[in-house]
Amino acid sequence: MATAALTPTPQIVAHRVTPAPHGIMGWVTTTDHKRIGILYLVTSFAFFILGGTEALLIRLQLGEANNTLITPEVYNQLFTMHGTTMVFLFIVPVLAGFGNYFLPLMIGARDMAFPRLNALSYWLFLFGGLVLYGSIFWSPPEAGWITTVPLATSTYLPSGGVDAWIYLVHLTGIASLLGAINFYVTIANMRAPGMTWSRLPLFVWSILAYSLLLIIAIPVVAGAVTMLLLDRHFGTHFFDSAEGGSALLWQNLFWFFGHPEVYILILPSFGIFSEVLPVFARKPIFGYKAIAASTIMISFLGLLVWVHHMFTTPTPLVVIVFAMISSFLISVPTGIKIFNWIGTLWEGAIEFKTPLMFAVGGIALFTIGGISGVFLAIFPVDWQLSDTYFVVAHIHFVLVGGSVFGIFAGVYYWYPKMTGRMLSEALGKWSFWLMFWGTLITFMIQHSLGLDGMPRRVYEYANVGNLQLYNQISTFGSWILGLGALLTLINVWRSLKKGAVAGPDPWRANTLEWFTTSPPPVNNFDEIPRVRSLEPMKDIRREVERQSKEGAGARKRTPVEVKVNA
Amino acid sequence: MSRSALTPLRHRRRATLLALGLSTALGLVLAPSALAGSILPQSGGSAAANHISNLYSITLYIAIVIFIGVEGTLLYCLYRFRARRGREAKQLHGNTRLEIGWTLAAAAIVVALATMTFIDLSSIRDPTNSGPGGLDLNNGVQYETTGALKPPDGRALTIQVNGIQYLWRYTYLGVSPNPDGLGDPYTYYQMVVPTNTTVILHVVSQDVIHEWWIPALGGKVQAVPGYTNYTWFKITKPGSYKGQCSFLCGRGHARMIAEVTALPPAQYQQWLSRLQANLAKADTQDATCRQELAKGQGPASVEFTKDC
Repeated sequence: MATAALTPTPQIVAHRVTPAPHGIMGWVTTTDHKRIGILYLVTSFAFFILGGTEALLIRLQLGEANNTLITPEVYNQLFTMHGTTMVFLFIVPVLAGFGNYFLPLMIGARDMAFPRLNALSYWLFLFGGLVLYGSIFWSPPEAGWITTVPLATSTYLPSGGVDAWIYLVHLTGIASLLGAINFYVTIANMRAPGMTWSRLPLFVWSILAYSLLLIIAIPVVAGAVTMLLLDRHFGTHFFDSAEGGSALLWQNLFWFFGHPEVYILILPSFGIFSEVLPVFARKPIFGYKAIAASTIMISFLGLLVWVHHMFTTPTPLVVIVFAMISSFLISVPTGIKIFNWIGTLWEGAIEFKTPLMFAVGGIALFTIGGISGVFLAIFPVDWQLSDTYFVVAHIHFVLVGGSVFGIFAGVYYWYPKMTGRMLSEALGKWSFWLMFWGTLITFMIQHSLGLDGMPRRVYEYANVGNLQLYNQISTFGSWILGLGALLTLINVWRSLKKGAVAGPDPWRANTLEWFTTSPPPVNNFDEIPRVRSLEPMKDIRREVERQSKEGAGARKRTPVEVKVNA
Repeated sequence: MSRSALTPLRHRRRATLLALGLSTALGLVLAPSALAGSILPQSGGSAAANHISNLYSITLYIAIVIFIGVEGTLLYCLYRFRARRGREAKQLHGNTRLEIGWTLAAAAIVVALATMTFIDLSSIRDPTNSGPGGLDLNNGVQYETTGALKPPDGRALTIQVNGIQYLWRYTYLGVSPNPDGLGDPYTYYQMVVPTNTTVILHVVSQDVIHEWWIPALGGKVQAVPGYTNYTWFKITKPGSYKGQCSFLCGRGHARMIAEVTALPPAQYQQWLSRLQANLAKADTQDATCRQELAKGQGPASVEFTKDC
């Protein structure tokens, strides 16, 4: 099966040589990239519900000055679980889910390069999540999603929560690493005939960047958490300054992973923007090569900027200046992306379907996060803003506006392909507007909270100045945001049975996943088309039109059989 | 006909826009104190904080222009190029000149920001000499600072800030004549400093990472065990400046608050002697207790706990 994609001639595919098991055993034993993709998507959205609930509880506690609703201990556990869940158990795996399902389809492959490894990745991720959430029955971690050291050493947090967090990083890390290798090999070797690198869909480019970053960054964090584990239980002193270790070492190692991680979280969403915009603006992507190149540039520069998380540490000025300049440089390829997306809309005929709205809304919100990032890159300004709610606002505009809106655009765009049914447009638009305004209301005011002196990760604040008012606005916004996200989950559930039947290509889109039926058969394609441009489906539609015109003259033939492999 | 009717309207609209823009800009320029803590960082306590606030506000102007430009174009596209009857999408693939143009524009903005930062950097980072009317440090050799950060004349009041779960301990370095520095006076939570005097802080931690931050006095510095981190301020206005630990340090993080009180030098001297006297008295009491301990009255004895 794996080599089939390389062969340009049509193949005869044997279906069901060994009958696949049915029901739950079918899901547990599956190595089909589409089923694994769905497992990833469903599991990560379950974690999204947990992480979102934690966020709402955090905002509830902060809705009132000097609130005593939640104890400091539980509050620290909540924001640790929220951050960890959203990063490791929602955004990374949900993108792996989209990648799994659509990457082979988009490049005209019949599966991933290593289907069993692919299944292993999913199960490791699931068990990583279960280990972390198992800890809520004993003692969840409470040192933040960045698990600061020495706070996380056994002297200060002897309970097992930090250990659960370490195993989560290991298990999801191995899952991501194997998945990334799988993506990379699949992209490198299994593209349809004619799909050169310059005809690779932009979502695939972004998964390529995601994979390369994971391959580079995961080993570093795996090493760091192993050192932490050794410090905690086996008497080593990697992070203990009293015994020749260094607490700064942890920050360097963690952020060497942590900053590329942000691009791991956002680049595939950018890829989804780049797929959705041309389809609904009815015109080709503007500056394909620039967008692809900027993806790679962002990944490369993203590896050089980790010290901008450490501007307030005792680090030499020259290193800090380097981190500022490299962070500045990232705004250039990021700007290129935004301008090219706007260029894609320019002179288009924009159809306001829900996927487009999430994509455009995401770009609008991400722009705010991008601009506030420039403030934080200026290190003397960061000395004021670091570790305050300004940073919380920044990361949420980037990760909610950029990542989550991209993911939701992907859900609305690809749901018809995965289920054969359309999502409700009405519910989708309600969901979009609530999430859009919810994000703005929740996070815009947090810039002011930070400027007014409120540090992040505090369970209470004094009722001085406008602090309580600002926090109440933010809490109010969080409910709107949560309601909006809930509507999409309801939409997904309802439309499984009630949605309109989609057909193979409901959006008249450009990429190969729309060539097959919805949902696709196990082998994806009976015939793999030869790719002649960046938008193979446009060529195929044109070909269908031409042949049906010719055919109509000679003899009536329905449905039209397309000869695509000439 | 229609042209002449339109022109004044267009002029009026342009004038309105201009007036709106100008008044916004003026508002931003004229009312920084009113805006501090909502759209500008807090400032007013020290020169460093004021310079950071300036740097922030210049960046903010540039950011507002970029924000309006990008979001405005986006909204314009969404409105102008929405699908409607008869609208055909133009099949553009790109525009190399335009793309090079905006790449260079983005790079130019970045260079401008970096230049600005370097211009402002030394006024934020490097301590200045104490002003006239500051604490007289000339006859106080003990106040000479030893750390990495010092004013041009090398004379500054030096205070060690020690982060402890969950309080701040301040040691007023060089006050005691003891060469080992053990007798230096110390306080918790409230730091008292003289006005118009350069104060250098040596920020350390004895357990986990903390972060020293008094917003109105400038940026924050992490207190990392095993390292000494430095910052400085010079307060001109007597008063109280509040802040708190800003790096997660455990369950009591939110309550690890701090306050810097600036007094005129004369009052500061009085406060310092009072502090020294109080500490000496407490030390004597301690010594008495130790003697009683030595006499064999263990800590478990009721008498011991009562007296000490």
